[in-house]
Amino acid sequence: MSLDHNEQTRSQRRPDWAALAIAAVLAIMAAIIFFDVARLRDMGGYSQVGPATVPDWIAIVLICLAIWTVVASFKGDFPQRERQEIKPVAWVVAGLLAQMVLIRLVGFSIATGVLFGLAAAGFGARRIWISIPVGIVLCFAIYWLFAVVLQLSLPAGPLENLIH
Amino acid sequence: MSTFDFLMQGLVSAMEPINLLYALIGVTLGTMVGVLPGIGPATTVALLLPVTYQLDPTGSLIMFAGIYYGGMYGGSTTSILLNTPGESASIITALEGNKMARAGRGGPALATSAIGSFVAGLIATLALAFVAPYIVKLALVFGPREYFALMVLAFVTVSSAFGNSALRGLTSLFIGLALSLVGIDQLTGQNRLSFGVPDLLDGIEVTTMAVAMFAIGETLFIAAQGAQAPDKVEAIRGSVWMTAKDWARSWKPWLRGTVIGFPIGAMPAGGAEIGTFLSYAAEKRLSNHPEEFGNGAIEGVAGPEAANNASAAGTLVPLLTLGLPTSATAAIMLAGFQQYGLQPGPLLFATNPQLVWGLIASLLIANLMLLVLNLPLVGLWVRLLTIPKPWLYSGILVFATLGTIGANPSVFELGMLLVFGLVAYVMRVFDYPIAPVIVGLILGPLAEQQLRRALSISQGDVTTLVQSPIAAVLLGLAAIALILPLVLRLRGRGNVLTQMAASED
Repeated sequence: MSLDHNEQTRSQRRPDWAALAIAAVLAIMAAIIFFDVARLRDMGGYSQVGPATVPDWIAIVLICLAIWTVVASFKGDFPQRERQEIKPVAWVVAGLLAQMVLIRLVGFSIATGVLFGLAAAGFGARRIWISIPVGIVLCFAIYWLFAVVLQLSLPAGPLENLIH
Repeated sequence: MSTFDFLMQGLVSAMEPINLLYALIGVTLGTMVGVLPGIGPATTVALLLPVTYQLDPTGSLIMFAGIYYGGMYGGSTTSILLNTPGESASIITALEGNKMARAGRGGPALATSAIGSFVAGLIATLALAFVAPYIVKLALVFGPREYFALMVLAFVTVSSAFGNSALRGLTSLFIGLALSLVGIDQLTGQNRLSFGVPDLLDGIEVTTMAVAMFAIGETLFIAAQGAQAPDKVEAIRGSVWMTAKDWARSWKPWLRGTVIGFPIGAMPAGGAEIGTFLSYAAEKRLSNHPEEFGNGAIEGVAGPEAANNASAAGTLVPLLTLGLPTSATAAIMLAGFQQYGLQPGPLLFATNPQLVWGLIASLLIANLMLLVLNLPLVGLWVRLLTIPKPWLYSGILVFATLGTIGANPSVFELGMLLVFGLVAYVMRVFDYPIAPVIVGLILGPLAEQQLRRALSISQGDVTTLVQSPIAAVLLGLAAIALILPLVLRLRGRGNVLTQMAASED
């Protein structure tokens, strides 16, 4: 019991740093909006309602929400988080980055195949020398289905040029 | 012409062989993606929207209707056999349905859910057809301030009325609203928040955002849970057909669920899950076997499933007649209309009746196809659930990026997908709801337009917003929906609201 009690008082006194970070992001968003629409503020015309009106209101509400978040963080109102594993997330993000970089260079199939392999590694299939080729074959089939049959325009590379 | 004539005309257009084919492709893809664990109808629709890009508007919307209904059928299958509801409206189905599956009655559970969805979809779609013209007439007297008030009400109910925390709901909503400012202002042509990046002049694509927020965010979140024990798929033992007793216990809940679900979906007041909870409570009270509830009562699957589908059809009432999406799925459907420059609303019924009625008719046809597709073939869909996790989620990512690349093959767009996927992941970790972001993004510019029109007419006088009785009542309702939950939570009664959390739809 006493241990529980300690936990609780500590969480009440110490602010939740992640919540403070979220509040900061909201405040920064508000500031960006506020400064970006500053140049539009005298465009209201006769009714004083212009392109800056609504952004200003939204920025003000964002500030209020940031303050509310800070209050909630001190009151310990933020939910407990489950433990997050960063490594698998990093694999998936690496896959998405690789696809982004490669897609203009080598076309849809190879770039997306690399994404497939790296993401699969994030979910536990670590033998990427198998999963990347599997992904490329799969994506080539998808390319054929969508670009050739359904006529969706997908970026072509050396592999795709074989069937054009 | 009467509603009936319009509907018949719509049916004729939907029955053309090519349109039947589109509908079939739609329901098949919809079921296939919807059955994947953790993917609800909103994600399904967002993932598959780009598939319809190359078709003409009618064909595309017909395929789309199929995807929408298919995604919902697929979602129920996952809830029953895997106990991972892809959306909050399936939580109840998972509750009773999964218990039935564990007790070896998965077949009848799937059957009552499929037939119940069919019955509810049929009645609710017909109700949509007959209610819509009246709402259209009503909408014609709506001015800018009434529209604005209606949108404010939708904002409040989507973001803060239900769920764990008004703070987090409102924060999500305002993130969406802030992002909706990006691009060229529609009334003056001024750039806002585009920082000289040409890709941002058109604003942030709703489909990119929806795919990033739902599909990528969810995938990252599941990846971060690490290697846990794999979810257990319940095998379907025995027949999928229901016994006479099952029928006798099911038909009343189907009808009651429909009657409860449709009006709730049709009101601009939150998503389908409220109807499912009410239906579940009603069935529990009326049942002759109350002791079975919690241990796999068939009424507890039949009623809520019917309510779920009926309110999904109900959501189309404000979407088609007022252009007002009240759920994430409806918001993405609105994006689907907008890609053809079509703005749903009273005008669309006047200028493009064959399109609207073709869509409504094809919902009826998609519903019928799904019944045929689901009952005998359910074993095939279940096999999709046994795909190993690495291949499953990699495949989802391939599809997610495929849509974005197909819509706009630019590195910038893929970058946005990644950035907002990470944002959605962080939001999930801290228990922020996702749907309000999407609704804010798509409804924000519309609400701003109406507000500025109203204020221009009144020459900047804000009190004009409450001087029309309709607008005043709507804003009053919004205020109650905002304040009442806060009071309830302060008094420690928040549990009821938490149970009604709108996580996705």
